[in-house]
Amino acid sequence: MLARIKEFLGMEAKPKEEASQQEVEKVAEEEKAKPRIGYIHLSGCTGDAMSLTENYDILAPLLTEMVDIVYGQTLADVWWDDENPMPEMDLALVEGSVCLQDEHSMKELLEVREKAGLVVAFGSCAATGCFTRYSRGGQQANPRHESFVPVADVVKVDLAMPGCPPSPEIIAKTVVAVINGDMDYLQPMMDLVGYTEACGCDLQLKVVNQALCIGCGTCAMSCPTRAVGMTDGRPELNEDRCVKCGICYTQCPRSWWPAERINMDLGL
Amino acid sequence: MVLGTYKQITLGRSTDKQIQKISQDGGIATGLLCFALDEKIIDGAVVAGPSDEMWKPKATVALTSDEILAAAGTKYTLSPNNWALKEAVRQYGLEKAGIVTIPCQTMGLRKMQSYPFGVRFMADKIALDVGIFCTENFSFESLRTFITAKAGVDFDLVEKMDIGNGKFWVHTQDDVINFPIKETHGYEQSGCKVCLDLVSELSDISTGSIGAPDDWSAVMTRTETGDTIFKQAVDAGAIELKPMDEGKFGLEMLTKLAKSKKEKAMKEIDRRKELGLPVPYKASSEKEDPLANV
Repeated sequence: MLARIKEFLGMEAKPKEEASQQEVEKVAEEEKAKPRIGYIHLSGCTGDAMSLTENYDILAPLLTEMVDIVYGQTLADVWWDDENPMPEMDLALVEGSVCLQDEHSMKELLEVREKAGLVVAFGSCAATGCFTRYSRGGQQANPRHESFVPVADVVKVDLAMPGCPPSPEIIAKTVVAVINGDMDYLQPMMDLVGYTEACGCDLQLKVVNQALCIGCGTCAMSCPTRAVGMTDGRPELNEDRCVKCGICYTQCPRSWWPAERINMDLGL
Repeated sequence: MVLGTYKQITLGRSTDKQIQKISQDGGIATGLLCFALDEKIIDGAVVAGPSDEMWKPKATVALTSDEILAAAGTKYTLSPNNWALKEAVRQYGLEKAGIVTIPCQTMGLRKMQSYPFGVRFMADKIALDVGIFCTENFSFESLRTFITAKAGVDFDLVEKMDIGNGKFWVHTQDDVINFPIKETHGYEQSGCKVCLDLVSELSDISTGSIGAPDDWSAVMTRTETGDTIFKQAVDAGAIELKPMDEGKFGLEMLTKLAKSKKEKAMKEIDRRKELGLPVPYKASSEKEDPLANV
């Protein structure tokens, strides 16, 4: 299975002679230790879950053979209430920001933190608040619901995976890294936990203002809403289109630089 | 290793007479892309094409050899090619995109491929990245200023710009003017000052004029992909080779300039760290090889 995912991701397959007894034992061991995963849906649009499911080629075996989905309303029909306690989880993916006025969301999030080994802010709503940052309440279904914050504002988060939505590829890569215990790959996601106040204007504040911009256009390439363009070799933000997902700054080669991983991926 | 990891280093030039005529040096980028397009290795390419304004490039998606040829030649200013990759993949539906990048753009691309947080189904669409050597880059206004003020040439009359032998050369129809490259210092964009990469260390194939005689380019193949495509192009006769001179005007010069760019950048990186200014790279005290691009 792992080989299939690696093939899908274009990761280099091991030469045959190495795929020996050792490998078989490793796979057997993996079988034993299938990570228990939960999916918690707070204030998000389900786009992150949909992106996960867009790993068509690997989805069925992923969900059935590689991990146990033990909790979640969308991916597994499991609900939590006073009679049915939330199960223990190795990893909980939290989609959506948390509404401070929504007692149910707050209670669920706090319970997840208790029950999960690792909490992942999955997608930009959970990681940075994303477009729920614009909420001001005064609307149905509950006019009182006005304050939506990244989950890290309320509970300790272990990994953040921004993206509106995160690409299917980063989700698959992360799953592989978690299964392999590849902490080096996950390190940037640990670092991104602290990046909760995101905005397209970060490009100006943290890159151009800091004499780091080189006009490569990666920010404009990655913006999911085309809020970022390039004018005279510098990013130009259309604030009306910005959803505050933080992807432009996250992908900028001048925000953080994963040199070792890139060399490894390229076989250099 | 100041030239990054590479499989082969050589001199090369395109055998196509038309490309030779219009390209900057050996026409490697143009020649390779045209070859890859003919052979269906790529189905289009992102290049720094012409815009409405003279010498101001526009990141362009080229679908034909003619469009690739129209982008031949170096423009010493910013062309955000990574931005146009989105257009190439989303609007033009390219499945196998070629792209020409300078080192910082290569870095943005490769980071996106290793960590494609928000960039869905784009990482696997880059079939060939041709990296260009780059010492530094200029904003369009900087370029215009020193061409008009230092060389005293009307921008619209310039036919070719070139850097070589320590000089910036400006060709017009009936004149060739030069001034010391040192005089462009102070005009370069400041983001370049922390750049540790002159030779596009992370590209599939990198190429540039440094270390090559006139009308030839130095070429380094780096990834498996790059090496394979380059060999195909050579076997097909699209590119001819000649061994790189190891000496003062060849490999030695390339090594020297790459090293000096790294040393200068490390000084600036260390200085910024001391000041508490952000910089994505490690301080020289934090890494084994103080000149590595990390």
